[in-house]
Amino acid sequence: MRRVGIDVGGTNTDAVLLDGSAIVHAVKTPTTPDVTRGITTALRELLAGVGPSGRIDAVMIGTTHFTNAVVQRRDLTRVAAVRIGLPASASLPPFVDWPEDLAALVRAEVVMLEGGHEYDGRPIVPLDEIGVRDAARRIRAAGITSVAIASVFSPLNAECETRASAILHEECPDASVTLSHELGRIGLLERENATLLNAALVGLARRTTRAFTEALRASGLTAPLYLTQNDGTVMLAATAQAFPVYSFASGPTNSMRGAAFLSGLSDAIVIDVGGTTTDIGSLRHGFPREANNVVEIGGVRTLFRMPDLLSLGLGGGSLVTGSPTASGDGLRVGPRSVGYRLVDESRVFGGVTLTATDVAVAAGLIDLGDRHRVADLPADLIKTALARIHATIEEGVDRMKTDARDEPLIAVGGGCFLVPERLPGVSEVVHVRHQAVANAVGAAIAQVSGEVDQIFQNLTRDAAIAEARRLAEQRAVSGGANAATLQVVEVEDLPLAYLPGNSLRVRVRVVGDIAEV
Amino acid sequence: MAPLRPVTAEEIESLAIGAWILGTGGGGSPYLALLNMRALYRQGAVVSLMDPMDLADDDLVAVVSNMGAPLVGQERLTDPRTIARAVSLMEEYLGRRFRAIMSLEIGGGNAVQPFMAAALLDRPVVDADCMGRAFPEAQMTSFAVHDLRMYPLMLVDVRDNAVIVAQAASWKWMERLSRTACVAVGSIAATCKAPRTGKEVKECGILYSTSKAIRLGQTVQAARHAHRDPIAAIIEAERGQLLFTGKIADVARRATEGFLRGRARIDGLGDCRGQRFELAFQNEFAVGWLDGAPRVMTPDLICVMDTVSGEAIGTETLRYGQRVSVVALPAPPVLLTPKGLEHVGPRAFGYDLEFKSVFA
Repeated sequence: MRRVGIDVGGTNTDAVLLDGSAIVHAVKTPTTPDVTRGITTALRELLAGVGPSGRIDAVMIGTTHFTNAVVQRRDLTRVAAVRIGLPASASLPPFVDWPEDLAALVRAEVVMLEGGHEYDGRPIVPLDEIGVRDAARRIRAAGITSVAIASVFSPLNAECETRASAILHEECPDASVTLSHELGRIGLLERENATLLNAALVGLARRTTRAFTEALRASGLTAPLYLTQNDGTVMLAATAQAFPVYSFASGPTNSMRGAAFLSGLSDAIVIDVGGTTTDIGSLRHGFPREANNVVEIGGVRTLFRMPDLLSLGLGGGSLVTGSPTASGDGLRVGPRSVGYRLVDESRVFGGVTLTATDVAVAAGLIDLGDRHRVADLPADLIKTALARIHATIEEGVDRMKTDARDEPLIAVGGGCFLVPERLPGVSEVVHVRHQAVANAVGAAIAQVSGEVDQIFQNLTRDAAIAEARRLAEQRAVSGGANAATLQVVEVEDLPLAYLPGNSLRVRVRVVGDIAEV
Repeated sequence: MAPLRPVTAEEIESLAIGAWILGTGGGGSPYLALLNMRALYRQGAVVSLMDPMDLADDDLVAVVSNMGAPLVGQERLTDPRTIARAVSLMEEYLGRRFRAIMSLEIGGGNAVQPFMAAALLDRPVVDADCMGRAFPEAQMTSFAVHDLRMYPLMLVDVRDNAVIVAQAASWKWMERLSRTACVAVGSIAATCKAPRTGKEVKECGILYSTSKAIRLGQTVQAARHAHRDPIAAIIEAERGQLLFTGKIADVARRATEGFLRGRARIDGLGDCRGQRFELAFQNEFAVGWLDGAPRVMTPDLICVMDTVSGEAIGTETLRYGQRVSVVALPAPPVLLTPKGLEHVGPRAFGYDLEFKSVFA
């Protein structure tokens, strides 16, 4: 199978072509304001590099587009929020903990209605269907095109959300509707926040997906298009465009998955040293370990499944300031950085700013620019700066380790020469070829997953797990998986002792290869 | 009599930070209660704090707390009207007006509940509670230590339900009866506990714990603002003791009988390198061992904080790899009496240890 992986980053658009597990070709091109042109250019260069050599079976694109839209407050759709759960939770309405500037951009209407469920599936009070219909008419009259619906305890019982959605479709057939139970877990505010963000991004997601599709067509490709997700898997673009929030963290995830693939390791720590920051994560069975706490996106609290990453203010462009003192705190490395101006401002490239890269060149760790320009650096400065850099990295790596045994460390990114060759708790530091396009490689190798996290009542444990598995497999197939290749990668069950009726919370995740079309 | 002191919006923010530290790992995050207070203050509410010594002996004080399963609290979000209704219905039942409102426990989200009720009912909050921290069980209060009456209790939900426990034969019965009602209304309820007289509060309450929590929060905020070490600032301001600094190496949790029990192991860093600290918890941190020997135990406050930010870490959010500092803060003296230790000492949590304070 021949697959193209594309990573559309803030600075570069990278593309790779994989034949089976062999990297045929890789290119790096600048990202353009109209994403389409950047992708078309990358594809043209990629395909030109390999010649007219047969068909492409699938194209996977990973993008930071949607996260950036939230962070930069642009291209967002105004949203009507429908909360179902009164009389409960009345004092904390939708958007209550959003940054005011973002709420002002997104909040078109807030409706709170009676309904929702108890923890044991009983209704709190019956759903106010007349209220839903009235709200739907107001939403249509106001010309609002995107609606977010969140009901109390919908992950346990989604009835209120699906019924409200049906009424909305009757009254405003053109509006897109995001339902909270399709996105999140227990935790009303955080789940609702994810739903609101998704609803604010569906317009952009649709336009972006169309642009990606056009870029493919313009490049003469007919292969199906997939978008990469936070968990390192892909979804058919047609499905994925309804859930843009699922791709929020796909960048770092792709980088870690790419590192796993390029190194052949499935359990390791990955360190990605860029120009300004260093991201450290942990690979388990080839996938990033997920964070189990609240994740803020553009100032909004959510409970997304995101890779557990530690970001340090250290990179190749980090400023080295001050001078070594006896107490050891006179010299600083980072967190400020020259960033993409490294090639103009750092000493080895003819500038006057002392950076981590200059120190590395002076120490002979890498040969970049003109090393004579750093020949005058005092030896104790080089030694102290390197010690500082290494200590920061060592501490970060140690913090991300999940068990006391030694583990391999895969170093990727433009600044990976800053990683020391030996660290406590690390069995070996692994460097890989093509490390600069690890992101695009991660996109190209992605499989398709399906996940269910739900509470089952009055079923035996085996029956509940079997039912969860069936639902997860269904989701994977609709996301583009080949049913014959599906494998269960995670099963977790938790008896809920304080809930009646043999309640069992079951989470099942299945992963399979993409289906050939 | 000193005038009532208005509490500023900034002090409410500090209260939430300080209360989370005094929660000693439990008590629930004050985040949702804080969101409610921000909204109330935006609408013009200002709550006043009352010196407990200004209470007349025959004044009546409402003792409030939110009760239920934490998971349910994340979906059915705490609402000031519910806690205010518990207080109002108790007044109706008693046929008397409360002079002021106070917190059951100053550790965690319940520190903020009296402020939510007070904002709606235009009553002051008494600068006191009856735990001085957070504890998992109803009889672990200074009022229980002093054998005060534990009834009546008013329990309300978001609908028009209200339950009165008019009388209970013991603290255990009170716990059983109110717990049953709580489950029936969806495992989350607002409660107004047995009313207290001004005299009882002054003699048996833990006084000035609200302003202590606010001060604690301010200490952390000021240290963060000045880029100073917040842990050192807390220790200096509250005469605490730094017991250990290290990295969480292992956490084991299990939910039993409605409690979150478990143990955490911390491997030493810095001055503590080579040493090991172990913590046992039941909702809150209960006992700590240094290299196998008991080092700190309840009721001394055992606070686990992020070494860098000074932010409190709950027993539910402990995670491998966190850099933490274990700090002991002094317990209220009433909890250190023989009677107090019967209620909240190590044996009350199932540890056969003779209580020894790190501050002794």
